[in-house]
Amino acid sequence: MESNLLTVSPSPHIHQEQSIQKIMLDVIIAMLPAFGFSIYVFGLGALLVTLNAVLSAVLFEYLITKYLLKKPPDIMDGSAVVTGMLLAFNVPSNLPWWIVVIGSFVAVGIGKMSFGGLGNNPFNPALVGRVFLLISFPVQMTSWPVPFESRTSITDIVTGATPLAVIKEGLQNGESLTNLMKEVPPHLDFLLGTQPGSLGEISALLLLVGFIYLLIRKVISWHIPVITIGTMFAFAGILWLANPERFIDPLFHILAGGAILGAIFMATDYVTSPMTLKGIVLYSIGIGVITILIRVFGAYPEGMSFAILIMNAFVPLLNKYFKPSRFGEIVKNG
Amino acid sequence: MFMLLINRLKTFSKGGIHPPEDKYSADKAIEILPLPANVKVPISQHIGIPAVPVVERGEHVKTGQVIAKTGGFVSANIHASASGKIAKISEEMDTSGYRRMTIMIRVDKEEEWVEGIDTSNTLVKDITFTREEILQKILEGGIVGMGGATFPSHIKLNIPRGKKADVLIINGVECEPYLTSDHRLMLEKSEELIIGIKILMKALGVERAIVGIENNKTDAISKLADLTNADSSISIAPLKVQYPQGGEKQLIKALIDREVPSGGLPIDVGTVVHNVGTTYAVYEAVQKNKPLIERIVTVTGKSIKNPSNLLVRIGTPVSDLIEAAGGLPDDTGKVISGGPMMGKAIDDLSIPVTKGTSGILILPEQESVRNKSKVCIRCSKCISVCPMGLEPFYLMTVTQRGNYEEAEENRILDCIECGSCAYICPSNRELLDYIRLGKSNVTNIIRARERV
Repeated sequence: MESNLLTVSPSPHIHQEQSIQKIMLDVIIAMLPAFGFSIYVFGLGALLVTLNAVLSAVLFEYLITKYLLKKPPDIMDGSAVVTGMLLAFNVPSNLPWWIVVIGSFVAVGIGKMSFGGLGNNPFNPALVGRVFLLISFPVQMTSWPVPFESRTSITDIVTGATPLAVIKEGLQNGESLTNLMKEVPPHLDFLLGTQPGSLGEISALLLLVGFIYLLIRKVISWHIPVITIGTMFAFAGILWLANPERFIDPLFHILAGGAILGAIFMATDYVTSPMTLKGIVLYSIGIGVITILIRVFGAYPEGMSFAILIMNAFVPLLNKYFKPSRFGEIVKNG
Repeated sequence: MFMLLINRLKTFSKGGIHPPEDKYSADKAIEILPLPANVKVPISQHIGIPAVPVVERGEHVKTGQVIAKTGGFVSANIHASASGKIAKISEEMDTSGYRRMTIMIRVDKEEEWVEGIDTSNTLVKDITFTREEILQKILEGGIVGMGGATFPSHIKLNIPRGKKADVLIINGVECEPYLTSDHRLMLEKSEELIIGIKILMKALGVERAIVGIENNKTDAISKLADLTNADSSISIAPLKVQYPQGGEKQLIKALIDREVPSGGLPIDVGTVVHNVGTTYAVYEAVQKNKPLIERIVTVTGKSIKNPSNLLVRIGTPVSDLIEAAGGLPDDTGKVISGGPMMGKAIDDLSIPVTKGTSGILILPEQESVRNKSKVCIRCSKCISVCPMGLEPFYLMTVTQRGNYEEAEENRILDCIECGSCAYICPSNRELLDYIRLGKSNVTNIIRARERV
């Protein structure tokens, strides 16, 4: 009887085409412009560090799922590839290969799999790896290759400090901000990305291209990046207006360092960001404020990674206390 | 006036999705399906108490004759949808997936109608009946909501003491993909529909009616707008194409910006909503004395040969409709009674069309099986598409854990089961399946609590 062959299941009977795999692929595509530019600026090193980070992240995920969690590995979902790529984006392009492998291990093994794998980790895995490396290997993690110098070499690299680090150190040594600003490249260079910095953070413009792609593909909404950057701009702007001799201008803050990379690609991580609009607003404001606080008053020239990790810790609370506004909650004209 | 409305398309405020529309039968005129050899008429085709059979096996009935009488307040009459001999009264499977008492009629060769039913196509314009007479005719005609919920219509028109309606809303949204029965009805029975609206307005005692139609049916919108140009009491409102625009609460929000409170009814915000199919049935019952014995059903699907809109008698087997649309395609994987978002999959093609059957949708094999469900990646897409402002992922989790207090507190009973969350979930999680389970358990818990 033909009717015996019919499938029966509850509604809905249709499903949109997006899947975890396709979302991860979109994130990877969105990172490609900045990645390509990084290879152009830093040369072979950028390519090797990224390949190393991606392959080791995928390998660790596979091994841990199979032999420790004893579950069928699902490396094809692409989440380990994204973690590896984001980790590479956050380190200098001349980082020794074994440090990269340690970073991937901490990111995937401790940051993600120890909590049960994708969907369960409270902290952004790539940032867990990055911060671990920053604390464990401060020298290697803060000697950035100078753009366009030694692009074909991977051993003999000309390194320099990032603009944020130059200014922070100068201010601590009592130099005036006006003089220091002359030592760092002009704002336009940050937009294009010709200053020293981590592998994937240098070109604000190309990161924004990726942002627009993610928006068009509806992978992320504008809220977290725009509110985070907006908060940084506003907070840094207030400080700058109060004392332009002591505080850097707000435009410099948002263009320099990992602000844009973090706001677009790290703070928006589905698993570790809040799920309701009110939570998202508070989370983003928190990241913006903490980043500027660390940069201006803290020990590190960079604050984005720490700020995101700190706000990650608040996400469960934000999800619990900020529920979406329910339909029919306010009775109008009733 | 019409152009002004179209410039700013109204819609509901929270959530919503836009699945592919796939309205293959949109330009197919309504065809009358010949009478089948047998009709199987279930005595429960509405929400509420089943009707009580008043005929016996072997008896001869005429088309339009009452064969089961309303069984209580929330109930509806059931009529013979064809003339013939009662062959069987037995438990049969229907679209709900349950066996229900069903009256089978062996259809006569020469159809015989009950006297007094006007079967002609003449338009009866003048509404000569009083409010009470209208309500009585709707009750007798067995009219129920034909948009899918099948709630008996006379109850909606009986406004509880202390409440008042100031506007009637007519639902011509048809937001389910594939379905076009309401669309064709609005195009081909426009004048009857307008009279039906006026009857409902009189029954409710309201001075204003709004017809909400999604903007993918521009021909229907302009036709109805032309007909109501001179009449300021009825307005035609084009709406943004967004699912679930036709959800009662969403439609009220979109058209008159009022929110039905949690657990409340449209009358709590001064309105009553009727579907266009129901409105047409009201016209027929009141002006033509014709009870609800037939309806328009869309038969459609990507592989079906002739997607069609058929006027069929209640009780016609689904297989007859599929034959009329070119037969069951070879790649058939699933047959759905209703639309793809809220319809029910059926496993037996001999089940009958009932008052609530808006469409028969045939899905090819590769679209019939769900993809494997994966872990929740907390993307919050389910929250952003939920038209009720709920957190589907959370309701699923608390249901899985058996934490029904938390489910109740987080408004699981507000869920309208539109399926937007399950549609959008990139991990193919069984969100709505679990929420349905949670809803039913929470409902039972609340009932038990009230008994104590």
